[in-house]
Amino acid sequence: MTLYQRRRLTNLFALSLSVAATGLALSFLLWILWTLIVNGLPYLELHTFTANTPPPGARGGLANAIVGSLILTAGGVLIGAPLGILAGTYLSEFGRNSRLAALVRFVNDVLLSAPSIVIGVFVYEILVRRAGHFSAYAGSVALALIVIPIVVRTSEDMLRLVSDTMREAAAALGAPQWKVTTHIVYRAARPGILTGILLAIARVSGETAPLLFTALNNQFWSTRLDQPIANLPVVIFQFAMSPYDDWQHLAWAGALIITFSILILNIVARSFLRARVPRY
Amino acid sequence: MLISSARVDPDPSQTEGLTTTSPGKGDVVRDRLFRGATLCSSAAVFTLVLAIIVSLAVGASLALQKFGLGFVGSTQWNPVTETFGAAAPIYGTLVTALIAMLLGIPLSFGVALFITEVAPVWLKRPIGTAVELLAAVPSIIYGMWGLFVFAPWFADHLQPWMQAYLGPLPYVGALFQGPPMGIGMLSAGLILAVMVIPFITAVMRDVFATVPTELRESAYGLGATTWEVVRHVIVPYTRVGALGGIMLGLGRALGETMAVTFVIGNAQRISTSLFMPGNTISSALANEFNEAVGDTYTSSLLALGLILFTITFIVLAGARLLLGRIGGRV
Repeated sequence: MTLYQRRRLTNLFALSLSVAATGLALSFLLWILWTLIVNGLPYLELHTFTANTPPPGARGGLANAIVGSLILTAGGVLIGAPLGILAGTYLSEFGRNSRLAALVRFVNDVLLSAPSIVIGVFVYEILVRRAGHFSAYAGSVALALIVIPIVVRTSEDMLRLVSDTMREAAAALGAPQWKVTTHIVYRAARPGILTGILLAIARVSGETAPLLFTALNNQFWSTRLDQPIANLPVVIFQFAMSPYDDWQHLAWAGALIITFSILILNIVARSFLRARVPRY
Repeated sequence: MLISSARVDPDPSQTEGLTTTSPGKGDVVRDRLFRGATLCSSAAVFTLVLAIIVSLAVGASLALQKFGLGFVGSTQWNPVTETFGAAAPIYGTLVTALIAMLLGIPLSFGVALFITEVAPVWLKRPIGTAVELLAAVPSIIYGMWGLFVFAPWFADHLQPWMQAYLGPLPYVGALFQGPPMGIGMLSAGLILAVMVIPFITAVMRDVFATVPTELRESAYGLGATTWEVVRHVIVPYTRVGALGGIMLGLGRALGETMAVTFVIGNAQRISTSLFMPGNTISSALANEFNEAVGDTYTSSLLALGLILFTITFIVLAGARLLLGRIGGRV
């Protein structure tokens, strides 16, 4: 074998391994999605969306859990997104390269990579223990703590994409800085910021660990924010680990609903970003 | 910065009380308010992280006072006698994360290589999105799939094979002993490996893209094969950044909760064999925190949380340091 042939063979071997690695990684995705469809689709009926979570042995659905999840997620985004956007604005428009901005960026990364179970424990310590009971608003605060770092990061990145000449042009026309930021920079960066919020929603709607010690679960229909509230992830967790067949079936149906909602949200967010982010 | 330096800072005493009469002065106040609001939000992020550390430390202080440094080294975990030690969950956390890294790093490298160097242009985007979707699947779904689908398959097909071929080996053989149950530390590590792929791949793709086209093309011009370009140009150039990506993935693997809770078996002990059930810090918290009775028990769990937060903090700081350096060079 000539040296040339050996190099060609090594190349072929390495690149084949790379194709194999990609195939393996994607096969896991397909395997998981296939599992969800096979186990969840047969139990996905109209009843699943209209009835509440049943006691073992009875027929029921996931209506209260779905609504509870929507409430918790909405609460988390309403608390987390404005704060995140403002902090991202500080980093991009005011702090920029200052030491303080670098510190905030680092701390934000710490929050971004903090294990979600630790966030659950933290919210339990400061809210649930003090109030003496689990509640929907504690769950929303826990989710907000996960939303905030994602939104801070994406907002800053997207605001930075807006070119400084735009800011200078607006300032030269006599616009004060708050007007430059809110009327010019926000408008240009809006699709990107919205994408960040969508990705944050996608991320928190499947989070289970921070809800275990905050929102917990509720077997009944409840929309009260000061009470424990049913939510899909914790219901899935409890039902999947239960010995009852019909609970396990509902868990698979819930898993199917939650996963495909999140995947669709992700794909929408990404195509949104690609189509709309302004390039200057 | 550009704008604020161009603006003339007014005398604060003149602006007070004049906001309604003079629009120009009103803008000054609004500017201050807006800037103040953004600054407060940044301060809030900082305060939150500080509050997490302080509240965990305060909660853990009882257990740390009672057991001292021995808490980290002891394998005792007995709620009845109220003696607690963190060695078993710390061991489980580190071992599962190590397995995840051993398998996840080469796989992620392969995927990143495929997307940046091998795939035709029309295929890059769909494959990239599909890999990112692996990160979008909630961890509880990985847990269910792991427990009900992967673990039985693993017990039927892979574990007997590992027992037969890896079991008799000296030293490493001890890792593959025991009944093939499907659940256990090895399964948890394998599932974590799949879960970290999108995170490591994303960073590797980004840093691979920072290699200047001139370097790449010069190597190709000298007659190098794709693999040689990767091996001798891209990898050396992006080593630091790729390591940063690996650290980010490691942080994920250390803190992952639900997927591990489903498949690790939740046993508070240290076993040599990877087939045996174990525990990680996060799975211990998920299983026991709501049921914990008594101050010492709760405090010991909070101490576990503090240890986990500290470990992920150190790993993240390392990742930032490495990624920051490459960021400065690009």
